[in-house]
Amino acid sequence: MIAESGHYALVLALGLALIQSIVPLIGARLRDAALMNVARSTALAQLLFVGASFVALVTLHVNSDFSVANVYENSHSMKPLLYKITGVWGNHEGSMLLWVSILALFGGLVAAFGNNLPLSLRAHVLAVQAWIASAFYLFILMTSNPFLRLVNPPIEGRDLNPVLQDIGLAVHPPMLYLGYVGFSISFSFAIAALLEGRIDAAWARWVRPWTLVAWIFLTLGIAMGSYWAYYELGWGGWWFWDPVENASLMPWLAGTALLHSALVMEKRNALKVWTILLSILTFSLSLLGTFLVRSGVITSVHAFATDPTRGVFILLILCLFIGGSLSLFAGRATSLKQGGLFAPISREGALVLNNLLLTVACAVVLFGTLYPLAMEVLADFKMSVGAPFYNLTFVPLFTLLLLAVPFGPMLAWKRGDLLGVTQRLLAAGVAGLVAVAIVWGWASGGSTLAPLAIGLGIFVIAGAVTDIVERTGLVRLPFATVLHRARGLPRSAWGTAFAHAGLGVALIGIVCETTWNSEYIATMKQNDVAHVAGYDLKLDGLFSRQGPNFREMIAEFNVSRDGEKLSVMTPSKRSFTTRGSSTTEAALLTRGASQLYVSLGDATAEGSIAVRIYHKPLVLMIWWGPVLMAFGGVLSLSDRRLRVGAPKPARAKQRLQPAE
Amino acid sequence: MTRKQRRMTIIGGSLAVLALAAALVLNALRDSIVFFSTPTMVAEKHVEPGKRFRLGGLVQPGSLQRGDNLAVTFEVADGGAKLPVAYKGILPDLFREGQGVVAEGALDANGVFKADTVLAKHDETYMPKDVADALKKQGHWKDDYGAQASGGGKPGATTAQGNPQGAVR
Repeated sequence: MIAESGHYALVLALGLALIQSIVPLIGARLRDAALMNVARSTALAQLLFVGASFVALVTLHVNSDFSVANVYENSHSMKPLLYKITGVWGNHEGSMLLWVSILALFGGLVAAFGNNLPLSLRAHVLAVQAWIASAFYLFILMTSNPFLRLVNPPIEGRDLNPVLQDIGLAVHPPMLYLGYVGFSISFSFAIAALLEGRIDAAWARWVRPWTLVAWIFLTLGIAMGSYWAYYELGWGGWWFWDPVENASLMPWLAGTALLHSALVMEKRNALKVWTILLSILTFSLSLLGTFLVRSGVITSVHAFATDPTRGVFILLILCLFIGGSLSLFAGRATSLKQGGLFAPISREGALVLNNLLLTVACAVVLFGTLYPLAMEVLADFKMSVGAPFYNLTFVPLFTLLLLAVPFGPMLAWKRGDLLGVTQRLLAAGVAGLVAVAIVWGWASGGSTLAPLAIGLGIFVIAGAVTDIVERTGLVRLPFATVLHRARGLPRSAWGTAFAHAGLGVALIGIVCETTWNSEYIATMKQNDVAHVAGYDLKLDGLFSRQGPNFREMIAEFNVSRDGEKLSVMTPSKRSFTTRGSSTTEAALLTRGASQLYVSLGDATAEGSIAVRIYHKPLVLMIWWGPVLMAFGGVLSLSDRRLRVGAPKPARAKQRLQPAE
Repeated sequence: MTRKQRRMTIIGGSLAVLALAAALVLNALRDSIVFFSTPTMVAEKHVEPGKRFRLGGLVQPGSLQRGDNLAVTFEVADGGAKLPVAYKGILPDLFREGQGVVAEGALDANGVFKADTVLAKHDETYMPKDVADALKKQGHWKDDYGAQASGGGKPGATTAQGNPQGAVR
C-alpha cells in the first residue's frame, strides 16, 4: 500500500505542477489576481505531495520491504538504520526523488515567504519552477520510478554499495542538491524577468538571498564530498578533477559570479543583462551536472545505473531548458534598460573583473570536462584530461583572481582610488611577503612556487582583515568608537571578510598538503615500526571483527612521537559478503590542522600486511576554508538588507552605517 | 573618461582575459593530455618510450608476480597482444587476474610499461568501460563478459571505486 500511495502522490504532484505551469501565466496575462494566486496554493500542495511520496520511500526502506525493487536492490535487513534512511538517495531513483523534493521545497518557500513580491512576478517565478518540476516528475515516473514492485519478493536485499555506507551519504547529497536545485530559484526569477520584460534593483534584492542560500549549501556540499572522498577512498586524495566533481564545481564558480554581479545590480542598478545571463547559466550548469552524473555518460561511484533511455531523457530536458532560456534571453535581453555608469577602477569594475575571471575559469573547467567526451564521440579516440591540464589553466586564472580579491571590497563604488587602496593594503602585502620569506627559509624541498602561493594566501587573509580594520577604524580611533562602528557595520561586510579569508585559508591548506605531504608505503609485520614525518607507528597486531553486515580486519598501530605515546590508530578493511566487495576504512589522527592517515592494502600469507601511511600537513585547512566561506555567507544572509520580507532598511539604521 | 572609452576598457579587459585563457588551454592541451591505448594499439603504433599514456586491457592470468618491497609485475593483454607492466605500490581492492585494468605511465627503453598509477575504475563486472569499448571494437569482447554484465541484474551499478580511487600513487 505504501509504495502505491507514494507513487500516486507523485502523480498528483505532477498534475499540480502542470496546473501551476499554465494557470498563473494566464492569470498574469489577464491581470486576474485569483488566477495568479493559484500558483501559491499549488506550490504548497505540490510540496505536500512530493513530501508524502518521499516519506513513503523512506518508510519502505526503513521497513526493508523487499517487494519494492528499489529497496531490494539497495538495502539489506541487517543494515544499520541510518544507512537504511540514507540509502534512500544512495541510488538513482531515490536520488532523483530527493532532487524533486528539494525543488518542491524551494517552490514552497517562495510561495510561503514571497508575500512581498509583486503578484505577477511571483506568479511567473512559480510557473517557471513548475516547468522544471513537471519535466523531472515526468522523468521519474517514466524512466526511474522508485516504487516499482517485484513479482516474486525476495527474502533479502542486495545491500547498498559499501562505499556509500557512511555518514557522508547523510550529509553530502542533500547539501549538494540544496545547492544545485537552489539555483533554480534565481533561474526562475531571471526567466520571469525576461517574460515580464521588467527588471530593477529590487529584483536583485529578492534574488540575492535565494542565490546566497543555494551557494552556502553548494559550498558545504562540495567541501563535504571532498572530505568524504579523502577519508573513504583510502589514498588520501581530496580532489581528482573528475568530471563528476567538475560538475559540482562549475555551478559553484558561476554561482559565485552571480552572487557578486547581483550585488552590482542591487546597489548600482548596473550589469542587469549580465546578471540575468549568469542566473540562466548557473542553473544550466546545475542541470548539466545532473545530466553528467545521472545519465551514465561517466563511470563513477556517483553514476548508479546506466540506462540509455534515462540519459536521453535528461539530455532532452537539458536541451529544452538551456536552449529555451537562452533563446528567450537572446530575444528579450535588449529590451532591458541599461543603467549605472562606472569607471573601470571602481567597486563595480572590480566585481566585473571577478565575474570575468570566475566565468572564464568555469569555461576552462567546462572545456576540460566535455572535451574528452566530445573527442570520443567525434574523433573516436579516448583520452583523459586530468590534474596537469587544470594546473596549467585553472590555477593561473584563479591566482589572478586571488590577487585581486583584497582590492575589491576596498574600492569605492563608481570611481575608486587604486593607489589609495594599494597604500592601505601595504600591511597585508608586507605580511604576505614576510610569509614567503619565512616559508622559503624554513621549508625544505617542494616546488619553489609553494612559498609564493602561501604568501598569496596570507595576503588574501590579511586583506580581509585590513578591510574590517579600515571600516571599524581600529588602530586610529578610540576603542569605544571602534566597538560602536563594528556593531554598526553591515553584517554583509563581515560576511565578505570571512568568505574572502576562507579562500586564503583553503589555499594555504591545499599548498601545504600537496607540497609537504609525506608518504610511506610498505609491507609491515607485527612489531614493525614505520617512521613518518617524525611520528613512529608500531604495528601491534591484526584482528578480525564481525560488523552488522560485514567482516573487517583491523590493524592496530601505536603512534608515538619522540618516545611519547600519542594514540592508537585502527585502520581496517571491510568485506561485505552480500555484494562481495570490500572497502578500506582509513584511520585518521588529527594534530592541530594536520593529520596522520593510515590505510591498509592486502594481507599476505605470512601474516604481513601492505600499509599506506601519510602525514598531511595543514590538510584540514582545505575544508576549514569553505566552512569559513559558508559562515560568511550565513552572516551576509542575516544582513538586514537581504532579509526575506524586509522591505527597505529603516532610515535611522542607515545613518549608523559608515560611509563606504 | 567618456562612456565609450569606459566601455572599450571593459571590453578590452574581457578580451585580454579570454585570450589569456585560450592561450593557457592551448598550451595545456599540447602536453597534459593522456591518451588511452590497448596493447594491440601500442604494438601497431610504436609508442616512443617516456610518452605517458593509459594502458587498458585484461590482466593476463598467471602473470602476476610480487617482488620485494611491494614491487609487482604483470602482463596486460587484449587478445591480440601482450605488454609487460611493472608497478610499485599497493594494488587497488578490485585488482584481479583475468579482469580488466587501466594503468597510467610510460614505456621504458626495454619496452616495459612502468605504471605509476593503477586504476580500478570499473563496476561489479570487473570491466572498465574504456577497456570494454576497446575490446569490443577489436572484436575480442568475450561473450561471458557480456553475459555477466546482463546477468548481474543492474548492469553498471558501480560497486566500488569511482574516481581514480583505489588508485595507488
